[in-house]
Amino acid sequence: MSKYAMAVDLEKCVGCGACMVACKAENGVPPEVFRLTVYEIEQGTFPDVKVEFRHDQCRHCEIAPCVLVCPTGASFIDKNGLVRLNATRCIGCKACVVACPYDARFTNPEKGYAEKCSFCDHRLAEDKQPVCVQTCPTGARVFGDLDDPKSDIRVALKDKKIHIPKKEIGTRPKFFYLKKKLTEEA
Amino acid sequence: MIDFTRREFFKLSTATVGALSIDCSTFGRKKAKGETGTKYSFCDMCYWHCGIKVKVVNGRVVKITGDENDPLSRGKLCARGQAGIQQLYNPDRLKKPLISTGKRGEGKYREASWKEALDYSAEKLLKVSEKWGGPEATAWLCHCSCGGLFGHLAAAWGSPNSGGPAHALCIGGREIASKLTFGRPVGEHMPVDWENARFIVLIGNHIGENSHNTLMQDFIGALDNGAKLAVVDPRFSTAASKADWWLPIKPGTDTALLLAWMNVIISEERYDKEYLDKYAIGFEELKNHVSEYTPEWAAKITEIEAGTIVQIAREMAKYGHHAVIPPNRHVSWYGNDTQRMRALFILNALLGNYGREGGFYFAAKPWVMEYEYPPSKLASAGGGCGGGGGGLGSEVLPDNVRPRVDGKGEKFLYGGLVEPELFKAMATGKPYPVKGLVAAGTNLFHSMPNVPRVKKALKNLDFYLCVDILPQEHVMWADVILPDTTYLERYGDLHAVPHKTTPFISFREPVIKPLYDTKPGWWIARELGKRLGLDEYFPWENYEEYLNTRLDSLGLSVEEIRKKGIVKQPQMSKPYIKDYESKGEVVPFKTPSGKIEIYSKRLKEAGLDPLPKYEKVEEPPDGYFRLLYGRSPVHSFSRTQSNRWLSKIMRENEVWVNAKVAKKLGLRHGEYVALENQDGAKSNKIKVKVTERIRSDCVYMVHGFGHNTPKLKRQHRKGASDIALQTRYKLDPISGSCGLHVNFVKFVKSGGRVS
Repeated sequence: MSKYAMAVDLEKCVGCGACMVACKAENGVPPEVFRLTVYEIEQGTFPDVKVEFRHDQCRHCEIAPCVLVCPTGASFIDKNGLVRLNATRCIGCKACVVACPYDARFTNPEKGYAEKCSFCDHRLAEDKQPVCVQTCPTGARVFGDLDDPKSDIRVALKDKKIHIPKKEIGTRPKFFYLKKKLTEEA
Repeated sequence: MIDFTRREFFKLSTATVGALSIDCSTFGRKKAKGETGTKYSFCDMCYWHCGIKVKVVNGRVVKITGDENDPLSRGKLCARGQAGIQQLYNPDRLKKPLISTGKRGEGKYREASWKEALDYSAEKLLKVSEKWGGPEATAWLCHCSCGGLFGHLAAAWGSPNSGGPAHALCIGGREIASKLTFGRPVGEHMPVDWENARFIVLIGNHIGENSHNTLMQDFIGALDNGAKLAVVDPRFSTAASKADWWLPIKPGTDTALLLAWMNVIISEERYDKEYLDKYAIGFEELKNHVSEYTPEWAAKITEIEAGTIVQIAREMAKYGHHAVIPPNRHVSWYGNDTQRMRALFILNALLGNYGREGGFYFAAKPWVMEYEYPPSKLASAGGGCGGGGGGLGSEVLPDNVRPRVDGKGEKFLYGGLVEPELFKAMATGKPYPVKGLVAAGTNLFHSMPNVPRVKKALKNLDFYLCVDILPQEHVMWADVILPDTTYLERYGDLHAVPHKTTPFISFREPVIKPLYDTKPGWWIARELGKRLGLDEYFPWENYEEYLNTRLDSLGLSVEEIRKKGIVKQPQMSKPYIKDYESKGEVVPFKTPSGKIEIYSKRLKEAGLDPLPKYEKVEEPPDGYFRLLYGRSPVHSFSRTQSNRWLSKIMRENEVWVNAKVAKKLGLRHGEYVALENQDGAKSNKIKVKVTERIRSDCVYMVHGFGHNTPKLKRQHRKGASDIALQTRYKLDPISGSCGLHVNFVKFVKSGGRVS
């Protein structure tokens, strides 16, 4: 039993895209689609500008709309709190794609079922970090068990604040941003 | 179904996880059952050359990761490095030797055997020499993956018109300036002591966007340690988004800012006096020289407030040698690039930071014996990304060799071949005709300014040979095309990497057999060499033999080194001045004086400014904007636009335009426009990015897009080429660096001009 969570330190991310490609190579994601994407947010007026690199991927919500809406039970939450997919039960109805408030799910164009980030559960079983975390050159991505005070993520949480986009919808996501100071939501 | 098997299986057991993760990697293809192996190599998706581990299943490469044991990658790898798989399996690769059947530029070819293509090429090259007075009549441009041995072949052949474009079109000005000032190169990996830096100033330095793995790690590491950051750039770069200060400087005025910073630090006596007394010469001359360059003077030129200039200078000085102004790589901006970089290095010297914690370390080279070839006619030409082409020697050519055609010694003082001047000579036939060209891994239409002149030069040739991986536009102009393998299919030379604590040597071997009818660059160079009568320069039978001869000097062999892919020599490391002085050794500032040369007697004697001066650069004409350009973290120059994964992340480039300017010109975000430069050169269509992140006097685009090449489906007509708009360049009189920030563009909407 673990409570896995992931965070991106917005002060460290330089938007290099290494995580996007690592995920694709590791998880055999078809070329046309990505399980995670990085995009840039620009705020302010010249010369007082701010730029951040935001990441979209499955948040592994504790109260997961995609799981709640799934008519076949293909989407489920496992004992470690990961939102997972039983592909054989998936009938490709796209209910989860629509339900996800973070637009993190999509239909696998080759297989027909609803894809998404798995937090690399196959690597976790080998005691390895998710591949996006492992490859991140700046160490912006951190991962770990929220119940373990020594985990990387708990250590990272000590001196930075958590920023959860769309926090108010109450799905209790386990993927969030870290920054020293909070800025307005873009 | 595969996915189901994997996930369902977890419920039952975790015992077979190893096999399951293979399923995962080959997902979407056939299920992997057979042999799995991991081989060590180093990456060649860019010149950073990170150590990698390559996983192969059933003879197919399925995953590339950073090698934890490699001091460059430290287990991490950028997007491009991981997407090396898609260079290997790019269906558009060159697959067989080709011989032209049409006119140059028509793109008509027939397939040929290697024997026929090589015999024919050698015959043609020898004929060029015979007809046009010797080997000088053939130019050799050798860059990128296959560059090394073609440089060797060019030296044996004996043409002084040889080199790689990273000198004149990238780092030359920086290398020459560093050698003039510190007597040391900057080299492949910038020797900045990031972990001890407390104040960092970046000038047009696009860390993050240029995606150098170690540099990104160290840069963010320094900021995480609490280092303060000031970024000087007309554009709010990724680095600027991490900065405490962004100074949106007027393009072309960086030297004025640097001089004003020196003025403040000297007039307020904030420099490291003891360091300068001991290790530098020419401080008094500098003091007089910069006295007129006040912050108020610089404020008018740079459009940065005098108060900010003073503040940053004081902050810098407060941190002393823990403050550093790292040089960037691509410095060929305005044709005054060596002097600008001299100013940058001198400012660093005032802080006393070379050879001290938080500044620059002395990068120690690892040792391995070079292969002993018979002496070649000429020294091997440099010009690669490691900085090889930036020598300060006045190389004397043998009596029977005609001088370089690029005007070295007349138009500029130092350094390697200046390719744009070579193409000028080819196009005009002056000072003497150059009628043969061998281009290995050098993109002529996407790296050379004045592409129409390059094309004219190619039309003038008697023979043009290309060695490459992909059918890029310039490749499809060659008379013979020889398909090289990728770095994953062949041996490479040992890569000796200077490093702060762990100088090391990395090793590359084929992880799979060459695909199609391609051959390794080393094999092509050797076979061509033999046919040119240069057998004695390729005395080894195969590359394994060559590598074993070199490795023997370390008591190693290919068999041994492949186990880890790397040999570390920490004992060679001596990063700081104190490491030399404590042993009674000379501090290695390898200038004629043995000290940091603030005042350059060598430049004075050559009739050039011994101290850097500010020179005004040409302003954009009315209605035009200065064209700036840079990098994307997911692409390497013009090499990766057809990569299946990378093209999906960034398919086309955009032209960045200031929001107020866009409003005035009626440009909408996301609309397509064309750009036209001061000489009437027009670009492909390009998307507009309306942004607050750039000044109103310039526009910006990522370099390397705008290919017109149907043979490379994913990159054909995607975005616009900055090079196509760079019909002019300004030659640096010291290094021959070709400044490209001297081109101006205006917007052209479909159907008419933007008013």
